[in-house]
Amino acid sequence: MTKNLRVKSSEYIDETNRISFKFNGKTYHGFKGDTLASALLANDVHLVGRSFKYHRPRGIMTAGSEEPNAIVQVNPGTNRTEPNVRATEVEIYEGLEASSQNCWPSVEFDIGGINNFLSPFFPAGFYYKTFMWPASFWEKYEFFIRHSAGLGKSPTSSDPDIYDHRNIHCDVLVVGAGISGILAAKNAAKNNFKTLLVDEKNELGGSTIFENNEFNKIDNKTPSDWLKKEIEELKNIKNLEIKTRTSVAAYHQYNYLLARENLTDHLEAKDKTNKIRQRLLKIRAKKVILATGALERPLIFNNNDRPGIMLSSAVKKYSEFYGVTCGSKNVFFTNNDSAYESALSLFNKGINVEAVIDIREQSESKIVKKVKEAGIKIYWSHTIVDTAGYKRLNSVSIMKLSTDGTSVTGSKISISCDCLGVAGGWTPAVHLYTQSGSKLKFDEEKQIFLPNQNTSEQLSVGSCSGDFKIDEIIKNLNHKLKDTLNIKETDLDNIKVEIDHENSKKNIWLLPSDKPLGKTKPFVDYQNDATAKDIKLALREGFRSIEHVKRYTTTGMGTDQGKLGNMHALGIIADTAGVKMGELGTTTFRPPYTPLTFGTIVGRNVGKFFDIFRRTPMNDWHVENKAEFENVGQWKRAWYYPINGETMHQAVQRESKAARESAGILDASTLGKIDIQGSDASEFLNRVYTNAWSKLAIGKCRYGLMLNEDGMVYDDGVTTRLGENHYIMTTTTGGAANVLSKLEDYLQTEWPELDVYLTSVTDHYATASLCGPNSKKILKKIIPDLDLADENFPHMSFKEANIGNIQCRIMRISFTGEHSYEINVQASYGKDLWEKCMEAGQEFNITPYGTETMHLLRAEKGFIIVGQDTDGTMTPIDLQMDWIVSKKKYDFIGKRSLYRSDTMREDRKQLVGLLTEDPNEVLEEGAQIISELNQSPVEMLGHVTSSYFSPNLNKSIALAVVRGGKNMMGKKLFVPMENKNINVIVTNPVFYDEKNERLNA
Amino acid sequence: MFLINCPYCGERDQQEFKAGGEAHIERPKQPTELSDDEWAEYLFMRKNIKGVQFERWNHAHGCRKWFNMVRDTSNDEIKAIYKMGEKPPAQ
Ligand SMILES: [Zn+2]
Repeated sequence: MTKNLRVKSSEYIDETNRISFKFNGKTYHGFKGDTLASALLANDVHLVGRSFKYHRPRGIMTAGSEEPNAIVQVNPGTNRTEPNVRATEVEIYEGLEASSQNCWPSVEFDIGGINNFLSPFFPAGFYYKTFMWPASFWEKYEFFIRHSAGLGKSPTSSDPDIYDHRNIHCDVLVVGAGISGILAAKNAAKNNFKTLLVDEKNELGGSTIFENNEFNKIDNKTPSDWLKKEIEELKNIKNLEIKTRTSVAAYHQYNYLLARENLTDHLEAKDKTNKIRQRLLKIRAKKVILATGALERPLIFNNNDRPGIMLSSAVKKYSEFYGVTCGSKNVFFTNNDSAYESALSLFNKGINVEAVIDIREQSESKIVKKVKEAGIKIYWSHTIVDTAGYKRLNSVSIMKLSTDGTSVTGSKISISCDCLGVAGGWTPAVHLYTQSGSKLKFDEEKQIFLPNQNTSEQLSVGSCSGDFKIDEIIKNLNHKLKDTLNIKETDLDNIKVEIDHENSKKNIWLLPSDKPLGKTKPFVDYQNDATAKDIKLALREGFRSIEHVKRYTTTGMGTDQGKLGNMHALGIIADTAGVKMGELGTTTFRPPYTPLTFGTIVGRNVGKFFDIFRRTPMNDWHVENKAEFENVGQWKRAWYYPINGETMHQAVQRESKAARESAGILDASTLGKIDIQGSDASEFLNRVYTNAWSKLAIGKCRYGLMLNEDGMVYDDGVTTRLGENHYIMTTTTGGAANVLSKLEDYLQTEWPELDVYLTSVTDHYATASLCGPNSKKILKKIIPDLDLADENFPHMSFKEANIGNIQCRIMRISFTGEHSYEINVQASYGKDLWEKCMEAGQEFNITPYGTETMHLLRAEKGFIIVGQDTDGTMTPIDLQMDWIVSKKKYDFIGKRSLYRSDTMREDRKQLVGLLTEDPNEVLEEGAQIISELNQSPVEMLGHVTSSYFSPNLNKSIALAVVRGGKNMMGKKLFVPMENKNINVIVTNPVFYDEKNERLNA
Repeated sequence: MFLINCPYCGERDQQEFKAGGEAHIERPKQPTELSDDEWAEYLFMRKNIKGVQFERWNHAHGCRKWFNMVRDTSNDEIKAIYKMGEKPPAQ
């Protein structure tokens, strides 16, 4: 029978709304308002997981996002499953299922728990030291490690939920809605600042909302009652937007913050559908007020990790906020007064508090007196030296602490208990503050890191800035707000605060035990099982930098980034190495503060919206005619058009033959097109291309090669002179945007004196390329009145014409070596044009061909494709294209680099043709080329860049780059493959119609 | 993510911009008269300092204008922005 540990009705728990949920397959009940953690604790379930390395039983430790242990898999086995979720943050709903992680076969009996007994063999750096040798064994080690590790399981089918992004601009962003955040937001909004207040919890108020110390008063009310009234007033304030369940994940420079707003995770499955699950808020704030609060620290003592050992503040929150008691025999262990508040909270509800163990000699505060009066035993100057209970704490052993705090004396006392609340003081949550680039300083007196140098318009208020008491919080908040917001009055001016001052605290980072350190397990990082012993070992082995110790011991490297234990790690290092904590610095806190789902990060950019697709105006035709597509940059280009179940090879062979024998048609709309105008347009082209442009007649076309300033080929294409001061440049499909950027860069920065205007018109024109011996007849049918005679419309020339009412630009240019025409029309007429060509070409068996056939045809002619046959290391000389490099021009982009000693080397890789000895053997693109078979290591001379079986030559052809290839014509080389060596002969890269006779056929 | 004050458009998110390397490296007017070393100095050598650096930026997804920026690379503070051709501010 499960116990019910509800202690009183809480206003945050709706006991009329009973909810059933499953944990590790077993059904439990909780109430609306419970977290998974509070509901489990109400059912007396503490054991929720196993630790990562030793598989030690672990329980719920905290009541917030800093939870290191209670990491669960939510809705296992469904497509909504999510690993590594903190049970302390999961709001329960009807039908929720969750399971423990990192345990097999079950959390109650875990085989990996044997690591716990082997732990002397698993010290810090164990993995580094053990699994490094012999190297060939790594695969076996990896299998073992992966099998026994594993933090949760990712879903195996796609995420059914919708995610969203939203940009928010505000004057003031307040992070954290505890007392400081609420007061800051209220005063900012009242002073006409557009304000956004966010908090990761579902309720406003932070920890003050269950503040029960009767000696603290604000305007004669308990802080809790006073704050509830303030929260009520927020509703009526204009300019204030409040977002709960919203966790700020990252704080970047210039006050740019990313927050995750959780919208449906707390709802039943039926209420989740068709709603946005999580939204990523991209917030740009003029000012940021951080009110992120403080995290309670545990104390580091032997076996401080058993289920039932919790933070004292968590015990209090479960009791006050959720109405749940975490144990029936409670003990507190503390170095400050806050544990007494927790003890009293339980006592006032009639729950048994056995003792408070305090490492201090005494404390004079009123709350301590009150605890004494309640008859609760206080052990001053005592420390816990050990704990017992495997799956649940059952007792603690305490001993007297020596005056210097480094050892224990006297006899051991055992106290039976099932819950231990540990209070080690408070660490300001400065994670976001440091993410912004701002710097911390160490406060020697308070022994904490505090905000020091702000790098942006920001302010830290409340306990994250080191103010822990309500009077300091309100006083400092008031003057900080006036300064930062430049306002004269706030409603904090006349608040009366009474408080119970703590007058002593004592920090001992690592508490001693009666056993030596080597025999104890004082955990510093619970999630990664790093103990104080590991940290000391790292120091003994010579690690000094905090960042190195962190990596070697994995302290702070779990999904919780060591929110609880990082300060202790620093303290232990400082004590051991004999340096001051301030000099050590801290490790870097990296975003996200708490883990984000991939869904939130990508938002709506999933599936077909993951990347933009660009489609040509003829796209529908290609789809209707069953084209296969390939991605070229963002374009979807028709790749080949299989008919009657053809393979790609069969389709491409057929298309290639048809284009040479009769007529083919290609959708060339994706080529980049840049309109160039201005009185210096010709001079501009002279400077950007390797060849000369001034003498190109109006109505003529010319191929151009563009280099980078380093002399390497960057792009190519045909440019046509449309008028005296007007050109249209084409670029490669993938290079269009970069070419435009490069040209604009030179015009704006190097040659501002040139009168040239560039306009991208790629999307404005659709282009159909008609090719083959019958292309002229087809064009004649479409435009009967156009004079197509070779002498009036020769190769490399241009004409304007009309197809019916549609204006078009026709270039007689060829990328296949065949007689061909490129017809450009306004994009919206693209499909019309295509269909007209198909109709007119029917009698000639016009064959649509895709990019694969285009590549094959141009390879037969030895035409390069920039980016396939070049890779940013090829000069025009390397490509055997010396003919296009003007010797007369004084300068052009990249010219000087062609005369660098390195670019003039004879043994550079050069473009050549390759023919295989066996004409049916087709080489693999990317295959390496060698000249010696029996050499080791063998020199790689180059690689195959393009390779096809040519149906027109009936043999295999290839282009390749080969070191010194220019002088190897006729030489036999080898292409070594996995099972054989292929013999190849170096040839001229032009395989077909070397004299270009077909251009005028 | 910086907030960059384009001299033509005003404050915009960094996403709209493209960084273009070190500023004030002028392309030689007579490249052919330079030795290999002198040309290499122009072509390859960049300071890439930690601290105050002069950079080129382009408002690629906006007005497409190039401009100069003075940025402290150690903390990403943008100290000045000025148009191409304008004199850099005195440091
Ligand atoms: Zn702009």
